[in-house]
Amino acid sequence: MTKRDWLEKRKREAPERPVRFSTVSDLEIDPLYTAEDVPGDRIGLPGEFPYTRGVHTGMYRSRLWTMRQFAGFGTAEDTNARFHFLLRQGQTGLSTAFDMPTLMGYDADHPRALGEVGREGVAVSSLVDMRALFDGIHLDRVTTSMTVNCSASVLLAMYFAIAEEQGVPLAKVGGTIQNDMLKEFIAQKEWICPPDPSMRIVVDMIEHCAKEAPRWHPVSISGYHIREAGSTAVQELAFTLADGLAYVQAAVDRGLDVDRFGPRLSFFFNLHNDLLEEVAKLRAARRLWATLMRDRFGAKHPRTLQLRTHAQTAGASLTAQQPLNNVVRVAIQALAGVLGGVQSLHTNSLDETLALPSESAVMVALRTQQILAEESGVTNTVDPLGGSWAVEALTDRMERDALAYIRHIDELGGMVRAIELGYPQKEIAEAAYVYQQQIDRGEKTVVGVNKYQVPEERPPELLKVPLEVEARQADRVRRVKRERNGAAARAALARVRAAAEGAENLMPPLVDAVKALCTVGEISDVYRQVFGEYRDPAWL
Amino acid sequence: MTPRPLRILVAKPGLDGHDRGAKIIARALRDAGFEVIYTGLHQTPAMIAEAAIQEDVDAVGLSILSGAHLTLFPAVLRELRERGGGDIVVFGGGIVPDEDRPELLAAGVAEIFTPGASMQDIIAWVRGHVRPRA
Repeated sequence: MTKRDWLEKRKREAPERPVRFSTVSDLEIDPLYTAEDVPGDRIGLPGEFPYTRGVHTGMYRSRLWTMRQFAGFGTAEDTNARFHFLLRQGQTGLSTAFDMPTLMGYDADHPRALGEVGREGVAVSSLVDMRALFDGIHLDRVTTSMTVNCSASVLLAMYFAIAEEQGVPLAKVGGTIQNDMLKEFIAQKEWICPPDPSMRIVVDMIEHCAKEAPRWHPVSISGYHIREAGSTAVQELAFTLADGLAYVQAAVDRGLDVDRFGPRLSFFFNLHNDLLEEVAKLRAARRLWATLMRDRFGAKHPRTLQLRTHAQTAGASLTAQQPLNNVVRVAIQALAGVLGGVQSLHTNSLDETLALPSESAVMVALRTQQILAEESGVTNTVDPLGGSWAVEALTDRMERDALAYIRHIDELGGMVRAIELGYPQKEIAEAAYVYQQQIDRGEKTVVGVNKYQVPEERPPELLKVPLEVEARQADRVRRVKRERNGAAARAALARVRAAAEGAENLMPPLVDAVKALCTVGEISDVYRQVFGEYRDPAWL
Repeated sequence: MTPRPLRILVAKPGLDGHDRGAKIIARALRDAGFEVIYTGLHQTPAMIAEAAIQEDVDAVGLSILSGAHLTLFPAVLRELRERGGGDIVVFGGGIVPDEDRPELLAAGVAEIFTPGASMQDIIAWVRGHVRPRA
């Protein structure tokens, strides 16, 4: 019997429930997939081009993913204590969340920082804060991920300065800085200057790291925020890879060798509720990236072709209603990540829609990963869903649909031009609006929100950052500015300005400037003056 | 005579870039027949109040997901009063813990919508609580 015959028979004999069978991104799903849906063998083997089944030969049998919980709140001392707690609980890498002023290039004492210091992440204005943040943590023994973008160059300079103070050579410093400015304009929307100078700073960092810090990942090409802003899974995949292609092109245009910097590009994807769609997305991402890097840039080094990725469960999928249900959502999403072959993972805490995660909620989130790794058995074999007709057909479909988006972005003149036209921004806003309408009409279910509601009290035990943190932090940065060697700081800042105005790589003068205790805000002001400020076009 | 449509400023104070909710609400209000002006991101309370007066709006909807609601809502209300806009209805939405609600309502915020509120709930509330300014 062919698939068509079977479908006819099913229509006659097995009427379906009156719902739309589609993914959370609204991709319609067939009632059955068969060998007819997966023509040809494009799957390959783990560790072999095109890496559909995973970038490593042994995958989790050789090495488990890195369990890396994102943490940051209050002062550097508060976050340092959380880091030590997580390391004691068996976490294997650090991941830093900075507060909004730090992320937007303002010091804690700036009027625009009012009410925001230490609230959504840790406040870091100068090297003094950075030193406290990593107190007692040896930078040659952990890898650190830092989620920061428009002010990333300053924070990376600080991290390198701390390594130097600890006597750790840069060649031994490993970690990742997000530094993906294109997705900022598309989705997360933290910026200082316009896209073109932002790209220049990113390429300076890629160039500097390739030379000086070969274990550092200078850009984490991120779909996470694109998805959180409301994109579909296909849009997340397509826009992320298109961003990656734009960075590679810009670095190649600078004269860098793709196989020199390419091995240090890494990715960061979202993990939403739709298990098979997410697994397919990750598998399609690897195959598409390997093929694009080979065909467009002539990349040869296997690590340049391999899409290595961090992933985080979807914050936007969690509900304030019946928050314990979030533990289940996170477990499914994390399972999708593991079945999709990610290299590192953050699992969200059940209370995140209400406040910063409490210690007990973070513990459950980390334990979820440990249960997947050590109890569930899914790590025993590599790519256990590989060869499933449904998963392979969905992988092919996502690859095809994403490629269509990437080609359209090529036609617009590449991602930087597409962003200037508002193309990805408008596509995402449209998808987000459609999804919200589907929820409001009850076409898509969110358990506890539009179905199965119960009257409830909001939970106890929420982590709050006291308002005094702001005043304390503002005092600290004022004291730093008052007590440092003013002439040395001014001279260092002038060298940053000269580099920004010219073509010299910004990183060496930045490292000197942070050592002279120039602040995040002061250096960002130089960027604002030299490169201009970007403003939200406020497209609806 | 049919009354003129309500004019609503949807505003995004603070430094964070979480504009998914603000944009969805702005579109939903526009589709419901209101005149909607969206400020875009990263607005200070003074910028929001200035826009509200210049655009002669009847209400301001603030979207705050940064945890800075206890600072930003009162600041916007103060800036509006200083510009003679004390009668403009201010409502908002975002991640606001229940325990912060009384303080915000006492400060003059007309209503707070938290995650899970539907677009219809918000549209219905605006129809019921916002009148054209004299």
